[in-house]
Amino acid sequence: MKLGEINDLIQKAGEIRNLTIDELAEAGVGHVGGCLSIVEVLTVLYYRFMKVDANEPKMKLRDRLVLSKGHAGPALYAALAHKGFFDKSLLSKLNKPGTILPSHCDMLKTTGIDMTTGSLGQGFSCAVGMAAGSKIKQDQVTIYTIIGDGESQEGQIWEAAMYAGSHKLDNIIAFTDYNKMQIDGTTDEIVSLSPLDKKWEAFGWHVINVEDGHNMEEISCAIEAAKVLQGKPSMIILNTIKGKGLKCAEKAGVANHNMPITREMVDREKQKALVGEV
Amino acid sequence: MIQTMEMRQVFAEELAKMMEQDEDICVINADLAKACGLTELSKRFKDRVLNVGVAEQNMASMAAGLAAYGFTPIINTFTPFATRRICDQIAISISYAKSNVKIVGLDPGISAQLNGGTHMSVEDIGVLRSIPDLMIFEPVDAVQLRKALPQIMSYKGPVYMRLFRLVAHPVFKETDPFELTKAHILREGKDVSIFASGIMVREAMEAADELIKQGIDAEIINLHTIKPIDTHAIVQSVQKTKAAVTAENHNVIGGLGSAVCEVLGKCYAVPVEMVGIQDTFGEVGMMDYLSKRFGLKSHNIIEAVQEVMKRKKEGESNEVIHRFG
Repeated sequence: MKLGEINDLIQKAGEIRNLTIDELAEAGVGHVGGCLSIVEVLTVLYYRFMKVDANEPKMKLRDRLVLSKGHAGPALYAALAHKGFFDKSLLSKLNKPGTILPSHCDMLKTTGIDMTTGSLGQGFSCAVGMAAGSKIKQDQVTIYTIIGDGESQEGQIWEAAMYAGSHKLDNIIAFTDYNKMQIDGTTDEIVSLSPLDKKWEAFGWHVINVEDGHNMEEISCAIEAAKVLQGKPSMIILNTIKGKGLKCAEKAGVANHNMPITREMVDREKQKALVGEV
Repeated sequence: MIQTMEMRQVFAEELAKMMEQDEDICVINADLAKACGLTELSKRFKDRVLNVGVAEQNMASMAAGLAAYGFTPIINTFTPFATRRICDQIAISISYAKSNVKIVGLDPGISAQLNGGTHMSVEDIGVLRSIPDLMIFEPVDAVQLRKALPQIMSYKGPVYMRLFRLVAHPVFKETDPFELTKAHILREGKDVSIFASGIMVREAMEAADELIKQGIDAEIINLHTIKPIDTHAIVQSVQKTKAAVTAENHNVIGGLGSAVCEVLGKCYAVPVEMVGIQDTFGEVGMMDYLSKRFGLKSHNIIEAVQEVMKRKKEGESNEVIHRFG
């Protein structure tokens, strides 16, 4: 990647992070931690890899993204608004009565959302279904999906992993947002996922470990490698920081899963999330 | 000829015809393709018949993903695994997302026979009926199944079909009309309305033949589609008969009987007796034993009719009726 391109992505990620924070602050409470940990992967996907057209959101041969950790919807809404799928002003309506932007992703409500998610584990299976569908149609579409680490405790994740590995669905590229925290504690305290890479390998997946899940060059390299790989689905493990870029959220630790967030908190800390500090 | 075929065979044959015409129809099994009669179909449409192994949750959500991708997927397994095991996947991936997925559960209620209580869904309709936006359908015989399938497949939205697997007793003629969301009046009568589905329709017909000898003229209505229920047909019938009996191969709680009572309670209250599994789990056995054991024979319907006629009479004389099960 050229320096200019990286800088451009860094700037876009900063803007998407700010949009996400503002959106959540407007709502007053939300899944702050898990939204902020996936900003970079969303930026890379929408601005570097995914074949999508904001003017034709239902384009048949578009790449799909299934945000299986559906509670991070606000981050995806910010990315979609930034990309032009809908007006940024709508972000202020997150979780307001009658909104098109509910806490968890709903493809029937929000332009650009490819699958309804929220009940953990299910979105990943849906993505595997789409990948199977794309294989039937032989349409060369890539299916991207993001799962949570806590979500990976769902048995359904491993049912779908087994299917995709067994059927060599090399058109699906999955990411684990490995921030190592879940609602009631760290994943190690609750139910450890370690060794996560070995688990996916054992299920027939090609695994790429991204040491810094917020480094967009690393993420891009991993996606590029996954795209050329044939005969296996790819799992890109993103080692991330839950609440990345908002100091009070990072400091809150596991409490940032769903936390109050106010305009004052954001104003105090906004500088921390600006370009160059993410 | 078709009436001597197993229901699963009719299902597979009709499906093959539709898959021939429509390349967006696909089928997903969970290691019961053989039991569901889909082995030939799997060979013929190799790329569009998937087998996810023993992983029903994945089957349901993968189907939703396929639906979001433009397919019309059909998922199959035995009724308990097609329903209670994957209740949340049906609720969220399929119904909440309005995914165009058809769920087919085979061996409903006691028809699981030698697989026994673990494989008997006495609650599938009850569980699924409270999930919004999900159609629930139960065919009576091969003729009805064949007529229903194209309508189910062209309906845009999720449908659950509870499908008797083996040869069903013939009830319908080829010339009988069929409309998916409309109840079917099989026999007109004036004294009592019998609302039945699935294997209980034939029992109801037999009961009616006996009842007429006793001077009771029963109207028989097949509620093949339990949700959305044909409110108009139910009310129109009881306005005439002033008494109702329901008959189902399912728990009397939550199923067809409950659905009918909901309509009657709101629109036109009449005495109701419910024939069905009396809030108990199933057990191992053959159909003949099980239908007697769980009170699903024509004589159970006759007794229910006699009881409801008594109550109707008591109601007419304005007596207060206290009934405790």
